[in-house]
Amino acid sequence: MWAFIHKLGSPKWFYGISARLQPWFWVLALVLIAVGTVWGLAFAPADYQQGNSFRIIYVHVPAAFLAQSIFVTMAVAGMIFMVWKIKIADMAAAMMAPLGAAMTFIALFSGAVWGVPTWGTWWMWDARLTSMLILLFLYLGVIALRGAFASRDSASRAASVLAMVGVINIPIIKYSVDWWYTLHQPASFTLTERPAMPTEMWVPLLIMVVGFYCFFIAVTLLRTRSEILRREANKRWVRELAGETS
Amino acid sequence: MQVTERLATEAAMKTMGTEPQGGLGVAFWATLKRDLVLLLRRRSEVMNPLVFFAIVITLFPIGISPDPELLAAIAPGLLWVAALLAALLSLDSLFRADYDDGSLEQLLLTPQPLALLALAKVAVHWLLTGLPLALMAPLLGIMLALPAGSYAVLALSLALGSASLSLIGAIGAALTVGLSRGGVLLSLLVLPLYIPVLIFGAGAVQAAILGDGITAHLAILGALLAVALIFAPWAIAASLRISING
Repeated sequence: MWAFIHKLGSPKWFYGISARLQPWFWVLALVLIAVGTVWGLAFAPADYQQGNSFRIIYVHVPAAFLAQSIFVTMAVAGMIFMVWKIKIADMAAAMMAPLGAAMTFIALFSGAVWGVPTWGTWWMWDARLTSMLILLFLYLGVIALRGAFASRDSASRAASVLAMVGVINIPIIKYSVDWWYTLHQPASFTLTERPAMPTEMWVPLLIMVVGFYCFFIAVTLLRTRSEILRREANKRWVRELAGETS
Repeated sequence: MQVTERLATEAAMKTMGTEPQGGLGVAFWATLKRDLVLLLRRRSEVMNPLVFFAIVITLFPIGISPDPELLAAIAPGLLWVAALLAALLSLDSLFRADYDDGSLEQLLLTPQPLALLALAKVAVHWLLTGLPLALMAPLLGIMLALPAGSYAVLALSLALGSASLSLIGAIGAALTVGLSRGGVLLSLLVLPLYIPVLIFGAGAVQAAILGDGITAHLAILGALLAVALIFAPWAIAASLRISING
């Protein structure tokens, strides 16, 4: 067990294993997203209330799922880095932060676009939209903090601490925003609380969600691999690799 | 002033240094006393957030409208946001002077747990920023035509909430103390984390105006403070170590 974790922490070993895993996740992501998109946009029935505008959930919901899971993953990676000093965890955390921010932005943007036909406005201070916006700010804070340090080690540890503080706060923020929203406005029509979604609607959604997760893993593997090469550029195995391929 | 500062530091160091065993309480009080003395001798630094608070509150009637009815409707939120920003403004100097003259490093070297000593520093920040802001808020409430009956709740909610704000903000201050231009970054990191406190703080004042029960709001503010008291000192201590060693 410990030997395995130790091995996992070695950049060289990770570089090798990720090379083998990566293509699978890319293929899975592409196939699932392609199937989900075609099914969701062309074959799933239109919603009886919202017509075709509901189809944006096939992008919105997976993006929102990822936005939240990536932050949690980032905090867990930060904790692994702080406790066991496993550098791979920090590299992965650094690499997934921009992707998480992008997913949060996509979720916000698709929510706004969906709001135009449904609410008649681009922006409402809806509880979900508001907590998503705050999540975006948390992401930007972590990215900005990492960028502000001159020394990489301090940057990594500071970003890890902030990610952990953020992840403790996310549920608190979420529930207080929900509470605030119910106090100020009666609960309006929300995106996910529709009366029992029929099977032909949620199956493509599920496919899209799984596809998005595969995409996230594939992108993180790819970016972590290049980060390994960048950080370990002076190690012998990287030099040999470069010598072989060039 | 330089001499008195150094004397105060040395006195504090001596108490900490000569009693490595059983000196936990002594060290806490020494740090508390030292910081109080230092800040009370630099009165302008204590006054600045209060003046800022008053000026920001003056800007709103000028910018929006002097109509008392309109002002009364938005007064709870305005007072809370302005007080929150004033408390935020003073955070940057929380560890700055100690970092510059090296006494922060001495604090790290003491045998007592850093988390507890950091808590003493945060307590001083609250005593000289949060508490005065809370006491001053009713005065500004009069100027914003805040409805009668909510003044005590305003002061109480601010006093309770600003303690959480000091604790959460100190994490950000500790993370950015080593950076030369940490000020804007600090607000970027800390403001999203302030949102739950703002919701329940302003909510308490709003509830008092409407005649609803305020105990629930104050209880949640107290709960937030309890959570912050448990987690924040450790996060502050870890952040200070990162900033010093980085």
